[in-house]
Amino acid sequence: MIMLHYWRAMWGIINRELWRFITQRERFISALIRPLVWLFVFAAGFRASLGLAITPPYETYILYEVYITPGLIGMIQLFNGMQSSLSMVYDREMGSMRILMVCPLPRWFLLLSKLLAGTGVSLLQVYVFLAIAWFYDIHAPWQGYLGILPALILSGLMLGALGLLLSSFIKQLENFAGVMNFVIFPMFFMSTALYPLWKMKESSPLLSLLAHYNPFSQAVELIRFALYGQFNQSAFIYTLAAFLIFMAAAIIGYNPSKGMMVKKGGA
Amino acid sequence: MKTAIALSIDNLSFSYSGKKALDQVSFEIKAGECTLLLGPNGAGKSTLFSLITRLYDTHEGRIELCGFDIKQQTQAALARLGVVFQQTTLDMDLTVLQNLRYHTALHGMGRKQSLQRIEQELDRLNMFDRRFEKIRQLNGGHRRRVEIARALLHKPALLLLDEPTVGLDVPSRLAIVDYVHQLASDENLAILWASHLIDEIYPEDHLLVLHKGQIRAKGTVNEVLNTTNTPTIKEAFYNLTQGAQA
Repeated sequence: MIMLHYWRAMWGIINRELWRFITQRERFISALIRPLVWLFVFAAGFRASLGLAITPPYETYILYEVYITPGLIGMIQLFNGMQSSLSMVYDREMGSMRILMVCPLPRWFLLLSKLLAGTGVSLLQVYVFLAIAWFYDIHAPWQGYLGILPALILSGLMLGALGLLLSSFIKQLENFAGVMNFVIFPMFFMSTALYPLWKMKESSPLLSLLAHYNPFSQAVELIRFALYGQFNQSAFIYTLAAFLIFMAAAIIGYNPSKGMMVKKGGA
Repeated sequence: MKTAIALSIDNLSFSYSGKKALDQVSFEIKAGECTLLLGPNGAGKSTLFSLITRLYDTHEGRIELCGFDIKQQTQAALARLGVVFQQTTLDMDLTVLQNLRYHTALHGMGRKQSLQRIEQELDRLNMFDRRFEKIRQLNGGHRRRVEIARALLHKPALLLLDEPTVGLDVPSRLAIVDYVHQLASDENLAILWASHLIDEIYPEDHLLVLHKGQIRAKGTVNEVLNTTNTPTIKEAFYNLTQGAQA
């Protein structure tokens, strides 16, 4: 009976997120436009100036558009994670977060359900993006489109957990601009989403080191390998560890007796 | 026959950064009682609600809902609680039905039971025909009705209302005040209603007057009038809060 309660609650939270996503058409379109602009405009412009050597998982020379596709998938999930974080802060300010927090289930479970719901939404966005990219001649092996799913779930959970953690620290919606400047942009640009590590090392060994330890880079590499039917073990372990750390910290952040909510005086 | 105690608060204190928001607050609410929590702005009403709903952690004192300690047996206690917050907590882009289905899911109710309860509660508030409308399309009074219906879906033993009539027109306000009082007697529901509007008090109500984090008076309307030796609640309230704005 208790398990059934948990299942129904989790399904209810996922359903609500999907309902919201479907009704907010602008959110869906803007989530797709962002990576498509990077793919059609940025990548096309940089194709000529950035040469790429043959590096795993690629077995031949590839176009720059092909290289950045996994990075743009990561970008979709990164922005989706931050969008969820923003909506948590908004829900908290507007009060609807309270309805979730006063329901008779443990907070860790509610946060995990919220995270799964956000990841589910990001999966829809990623597959629509991949479908558009396919028409732009960016093809992966067919098994890659299936193999990428577990990688997307893990990376979506990790980036969503980071968003949750941030939302436990951010008191007001206005402070969210800081998250863009101090989290999203450094995380995205200081990663392997746009350039491979070896290329970065040529210009700055320090930057390359930072990019290597950036959890977003590891998530992108996990996706990149999975898209070509390969398993990147170190990226998997790193992404999993980052997810567990971010999630644990977010649970503490939302715990009324331990977290930031005590100091801020609200949930 | 002994009446069940729905809410018991014992020596509850709470401070924000050194400032005491609640100081040694103790009271009980029994099933079927409608208790109005009166207090000027900053009296500690919202803090008290946040502690009862476990949005804040209890450091000093004890809160029990139907005998379950909110700190130790949080889930069992929260399962018996229905809340209407001061701010609207409905999802504006979803329909009435979707909002209510979300709530029943959080309380572990199956589809059939959920739809049955939603129909019952919406019907009682004359809102069933509007179940497919988006919340954004409803006026303030109707939104409040939906929130009250939602708080009752899982059949709580205690209903908390945090100034639910703020910003409503007079007919909507009176309808809600009347409906909630009826709930206490018909459903044997314990109600704690935070308000600063004295005209929302019915003669049979219980009162709690909170000022500067302390309970200044508690009891039935008559008991409070007798204790303060005043002819009206308005004067009693004025005396108890030493001229603070009601």
